[in-house]
Amino acid sequence: MTTIIALIPALPFLSFLILALFGHRLSRKVAGFIGAGSIGIIALLTIVISISFFHSLPEVKTYTIRVWEWINAGNLKVDISFSLDALSLVFCFVITFVGFLIHVYSIEFMSKDEGFTRFFAYMNLFIGSMLVLVLADNILLMYLGWEGVGLCSYLLIGFWYKEPANGYAARKAFIITRVGDTAMIIGIFILFLNFGTVNISELMQQASEKWVAGSSIAVLTAALLLGGALGKSAQLPLQTWLPDAMAGPSPVSALIHAATMVTAGVYLIARTHVLFSLAPVVQSAIAVIGALTLLIAGFSALAQHDLKRILAYSTISQIGYMFLALGIGAWSAAIFHFMIHAFFKALLFLGAGIVILVLDEEHDIFKMGGLRKKMPVVFYTFLIGSASLSALPLITAGFYSKDQILWYSFSSQSGSIILWLAGIIGALLTALYSFRMIFITFYGEAKTEPSFLPGKLMTVPLIILAILSLFGGFVELPASLGNIHLFSNLVDNALPVTVTKSGDGLEFLFQAISSIIALSGIYFAYIVYFKKPSLSEAYSFSRLNKFFEKGWGFDKLYDTIFVKPIVWLSVIDKNDFFDLWNIGLSRLTLLFNRLLSATQNGKMRWYLLSFAIGIAVILTYMLSK
Amino acid sequence: MDVFFYIAAIVAIISTVMAISGRNAIHSLLYLILSLLSVSVIFYLLSAPFIAALEVIIYAGAIMVLFIFVTMMLNIGIERETEKQWLRPRMWIIPSVLAAILLVNLILALKNVKTIPPNDEAILPKQVGISLFSTYLIGVEIAAILLMAGVIGAYHLGSQKKKVKHRFLEIK
Amino acid sequence: MLTVPVETQIIFAGIIFFLGLIGLLVRRNMIFMLMSIEIMFNAAGLVFIIAGTHWKQPDGQVMFIFILAVTAVEVSIALAMILQVYHHFKTLDSDAVNNLKDQN
Repeated sequence: MTTIIALIPALPFLSFLILALFGHRLSRKVAGFIGAGSIGIIALLTIVISISFFHSLPEVKTYTIRVWEWINAGNLKVDISFSLDALSLVFCFVITFVGFLIHVYSIEFMSKDEGFTRFFAYMNLFIGSMLVLVLADNILLMYLGWEGVGLCSYLLIGFWYKEPANGYAARKAFIITRVGDTAMIIGIFILFLNFGTVNISELMQQASEKWVAGSSIAVLTAALLLGGALGKSAQLPLQTWLPDAMAGPSPVSALIHAATMVTAGVYLIARTHVLFSLAPVVQSAIAVIGALTLLIAGFSALAQHDLKRILAYSTISQIGYMFLALGIGAWSAAIFHFMIHAFFKALLFLGAGIVILVLDEEHDIFKMGGLRKKMPVVFYTFLIGSASLSALPLITAGFYSKDQILWYSFSSQSGSIILWLAGIIGALLTALYSFRMIFITFYGEAKTEPSFLPGKLMTVPLIILAILSLFGGFVELPASLGNIHLFSNLVDNALPVTVTKSGDGLEFLFQAISSIIALSGIYFAYIVYFKKPSLSEAYSFSRLNKFFEKGWGFDKLYDTIFVKPIVWLSVIDKNDFFDLWNIGLSRLTLLFNRLLSATQNGKMRWYLLSFAIGIAVILTYMLSK
Repeated sequence: MDVFFYIAAIVAIISTVMAISGRNAIHSLLYLILSLLSVSVIFYLLSAPFIAALEVIIYAGAIMVLFIFVTMMLNIGIERETEKQWLRPRMWIIPSVLAAILLVNLILALKNVKTIPPNDEAILPKQVGISLFSTYLIGVEIAAILLMAGVIGAYHLGSQKKKVKHRFLEIK
Repeated sequence: MLTVPVETQIIFAGIIFFLGLIGLLVRRNMIFMLMSIEIMFNAAGLVFIIAGTHWKQPDGQVMFIFILAVTAVEVSIALAMILQVYHHFKTLDSDAVNNLKDQN
């Protein structure tokens, strides 16, 4: 049974190899079949594993399998070994299942693109790396998966490489996440230096035994790992790459930048939660960063007019919610929100992809409109996704997951009213911008006509994701509304249980407040963007709106602090002062060459003269001895 | 007997100097023959009569005559002006200095040589012949092969093959 | 029979040798250079004879005979090559035959 776990990352790598080596010889149908089929197979395998996993609870909480030895150098022993516990299982399920739906969607979405097989090769490589990341038993193997997903993100953002702006966006993503990755690897070094092992469970155990809570080394290591998580999950201050990453195809945005890669940071923090409990100041920092990010991104999303950029900022904001939950110790709530967010965000991105495709690559929502009647399936699924995003009360899954976070942000041991306030304002903003998106894109008169209608391969995944966005939340109902705790019971096998300080009675009050906020947000959006658009148009030209649209000026800030000085330095070094040494060396060599080649002038008498001089010198030398 | 040696030596040196500094090729060659003859006299004085004869016959007789043939064939005696232009007194300085250094070296190297008192016995050709055909037999054979190779090589190198083009390929 | 000291004899041979060397370095015409080489060969052979007489062995004279044979061959080949050079370059200037120079 445990060998199936090793198959789960192996199959996507195998199909990547097949597609990369033989892809140009395969027909589109076969390539799509291999690409999507491999993910389908491992989705099935995940279901099989999860059934067996459920049966073996609560005695066996982890499946481990060692595949082979990777590094054996001195006292560094690293194996390729995978371990599956409840946390990895949830992630695996989301990755394989949502990944499979996105692959099926891509078969039709990329059908007219010339890089069809290349796309599926990269996507499979990505899925394989992500699975290695979540299934890794030791932190070095996790870093391998971490780097692999970074690479695939670069490859897929710059997929349409003939357009230079796409390459720039890909490089920006890679470089900014690289900043985080460097912090993370330094953290890994510190961990190995102190404990002599890279196995995650051993590390956590030894850390809890040997390190004192609040000691500077624990804080340092936790902060470094947090840096890595911030980079990959696009949180403050490393969030500037995600909106530009929308240059990639929409399935890429759906898979990588909504559902899976950007949640790798969440996984990392959840996996190494012991470290963060040993450094409470870092954990509070996570909560604060999460709260700030969700507010900043929420305001920015309200000001965008590119459809995918709205969704990108929305992703940053929602991951801010997950970070907020992690920061206050609401581990299972964070993972629950991750799962539900994956469903509705992937749905929204896939729907946006269809809209952009049928409108001939039109991204500006102010040039869209009236699509409600023309593409009903897309409209209703998009509506369901947005409703789930806005946490429409009771019927959407998003309500249950976001509401759980909001409740814990007030009531958990390290929660506070300020964090709750940030969360609730964020919820209002979420409702505002998502329904702004709906009203402007789908209602009103059509400014651009759709050129064709999407086929089954694209709409069926939308429908499946929409169903999950509605009913996926029923695995975890709060005490006042049904008291089902299937999800948290599962996840609590791997993560600590959230401790609250206030009673459950207040919970209903908070749910009521958040429901009112969500509904009023939708109503405001209706008034300002649909009934009387003049109100929003006047505001959209203001300087505040422009400031929000540029992402609160972070790009400009980084440009001034980092980019401009280095460009200035390279401009003043244009004549390459430091290269003078090399140039001088080469000129010296050339000089000697000229001198020596002058002695080879082909004249015999010259050579004879050199013979004679040589003989004279040697004989004189020998005689002088 | 020593005085003959010194006379022959001086004649050899003077004629060699005339040979290498002459403008006319034929004149230089004739001076060289004179030098070879005086060296042959020295050979005789050194109790090697056979070698003296060989020197005259082969060296002065065959090799120098070969030189003279080629010189006459190439008609270079006419080019006196070029030789004058090429041979400026300035050019003699450096080689002379070098030769002087080497000569000084030779003299210094000879200072430590022990002198065996001379003997009256001469090395007769008979001894040379026996030594040649018993101890140095291989050398004789190889020299023979070398000579044959030289003949073939000289014939081959000296032939002028006119390039014959088929008349259809000639450019009209 | 001769009471001239050996050093003198060898120095004399050396003088002839170095005169040949000077001639080789100074002259530009190839025939003259070849002539100077002959002088050097001759002087070397003279040293051999001197040595043979000095040590009272026939080996010196045997060496001289070999040198003579080699010289003969060498002269004939060299003259044949000079003929070829003359026909190709139309001159006997040794400085003109510098096609193997370093072309930089």
